[in-house]
Amino acid sequence: MSDSDHTHETAPVTRFKAPTRLDYTVTAAAVTADFLRHILEQRLVGRRCPVCAKVYLPPRGVCPTCAVRCHEQVEAGHAGTIDTFSVVRIPFEGQVLEPPYVCARILIDGTDAPLLHIVGEIAPEEVTLGMRVEAVWDDRPLPTLARVRYFRPEGGTP
Amino acid sequence: MIPTAVIGIGQTRHAAKRPDVSMPGLVREAALRALEDAGLTFADIDAVVLGKAPDMFEGVVQPELFLAEALGAVGKPMFRVHTAGSVGGSTAVVAAHHVSSGVHKRVLTVAYEKQSESNAMWALSQPFPFLPPVSAGAGGYFAPVIRAYIDRAKAPDHIGWQVAVKDRQHGALNPCAHLQLPDITLEQVKASPLLWDPIRYLETCPSSDGAVAMVLSSDASTCRNPAWVLGTSVRSEPLLFAGRDEVNPRAGQLCGADCYAEAGVTPDQLDCAELYVPFSWYEPMWLENLGLFESGWRAVDAGHTKLGGRLPINPSGGVMCSNPIGASGMLRFAEAARQVRGTADAHQVDGARLAMGHAYGGGSQFFAAWIVGSTRP
Repeated sequence: MSDSDHTHETAPVTRFKAPTRLDYTVTAAAVTADFLRHILEQRLVGRRCPVCAKVYLPPRGVCPTCAVRCHEQVEAGHAGTIDTFSVVRIPFEGQVLEPPYVCARILIDGTDAPLLHIVGEIAPEEVTLGMRVEAVWDDRPLPTLARVRYFRPEGGTP
Repeated sequence: MIPTAVIGIGQTRHAAKRPDVSMPGLVREAALRALEDAGLTFADIDAVVLGKAPDMFEGVVQPELFLAEALGAVGKPMFRVHTAGSVGGSTAVVAAHHVSSGVHKRVLTVAYEKQSESNAMWALSQPFPFLPPVSAGAGGYFAPVIRAYIDRAKAPDHIGWQVAVKDRQHGALNPCAHLQLPDITLEQVKASPLLWDPIRYLETCPSSDGAVAMVLSSDASTCRNPAWVLGTSVRSEPLLFAGRDEVNPRAGQLCGADCYAEAGVTPDQLDCAELYVPFSWYEPMWLENLGLFESGWRAVDAGHTKLGGRLPINPSGGVMCSNPIGASGMLRFAEAARQVRGTADAHQVDGARLAMGHAYGGGSQFFAAWIVGSTRP
C-alpha cells in the first residue's frame, strides 16, 4: 500500500452524500376516486357544500370553511377564467415541464375556488388576467387531472 | 401573564454554505452567543424550544432529537415547533409563552436551516398525486399572488425593484447578512432575469445556512437593556377555500390586530418593523395586511420604509439578504428585539423603543408576530 493510499484511508471523513429514495403507492379515497372516474369519462365533477353552497373542483370530502361532509356532485364546465398566473422561466431539479410555461389559477365555470393548471397554445407574454380558457383533453384514459393536458384560450388560439 | 423579556440574542454569520460547521455546530454557535450575551450558561436554562422548516428540506427527521446535546437540552424539556416558513416566529412565541405562563423561568429558543445540505426548491416542487405537475418552488407559488396584488393595487413595476435595493442597502450595514450588495441599483434589479414572471432574480431571497437564538426570561435583573415582550400572536388559515384572499389573508390581518391589542399599541406607534419578505413585493403587501400603511406601494415609493424614513422596514436587510428558512422568522423577531435594546449597531433605528417582528409561512397560511419594547409592561 502506498503512502497516499494510507493517507486516503485514515483522513477524517467530514462530509458525505447519502441519497435516499421513497417509492409509494397512493390510494385515492372515495371522493377523489369518484372525481377520477369522472375524469376517465372526460367530465369535471366537483362537490357542493350543503351549508355554504360553494363548489370545489377537485371535490372536497369536507368543506374547508364549514367542516361538513359534501355529498352533492356538481358537473362543472370545461372552461374558466384566469384568476391569476405566473410564467415559470427557472429550470430546477425534478422539473417535469420545459420552461417557460404558464402556471395559472383558473376559476372553472360552475365552481368557487381556483384550480392550478397549465395554459398552453399561447405565448406566455400574451396571457392576461381574466382571460377565458378551455380544457384540452388527453385522448389517453389517465385517472388524473393531468388528463386535461392544459387550458388554451377559449375558441382556440387568438 | 408574567412579564417576559429577551435578555440574550445570538446569531451566526449567514452564508450560502457553512461547510465549517455541522448542523449541531451551527445551532450551538447561535446558542452560545445568545447565552454569552445574557451572561448565562446552559446550566441556567430550564427548557429549550427549537424551530426549523419542514424536515424534508434536509432529509433529517426530528432533528430536535439529535440536536439536544448541542443545545444543552439533555434531561430538560425540549419542544419543537412546526409552522413551515413562519416557524422561527411561532417558535419565539412558544418560547415566550413558556415563560409568561410561569412554567419556566429561563428558556433558550433556537431556529436554524442548513440549506446547503438540502434542496428546498426540489422539496417545494414535488408533484402531488392526481394533479398536473405545476409546483415550481416558493416563487412558483407566490408569483401569481404578487401579480394579483400588482393588478389590484395598480402598483408600478419599480416598487419591487425599490424594495430589492433598499433591503440590500440595509443588509450592507449588517455584517451577519448573507448577501452583501452595497452598490446594487434599480437598473440591475430591472435587468436581472425573470424567474417566475413577474418576479426577477434580484427580487428574490438567497438560500442560506444560518441559525439564531434568544434567551427569554422573567428575570431581567442581570440585563441592562432587556427587550420586553409586549404582545404575541399566531394565526392560520387553510391553503384553499372559496373566497380566500391570498393577497391580503385574513389570518395575517387578525395576527397583526391581535398583536397590537395585546401590546396595547397602535401601528403608528411602532419605531420599526422586521417583516418576512422573501420576495420584494411582499413588503408592500404585508404593510397593508398588517395595517401599517393604507397603500403599501405608495409608502415604499415615498421612502417611508427606508432607514431614516417614517417606519423603517427590515433595517437588518431582512429575508431578502439572509434566508436560512427556519431561522428567517426568528431573525425578524430577534432583530426587532435588538432594535429596542439599542444593540443593532450600524442598522440601529435611532431611539427605537417599540418594534414588531413578523413571519409567515406555507401558502400565506401561517402567521406569527410579536411586539417588543424597551419599557417593562
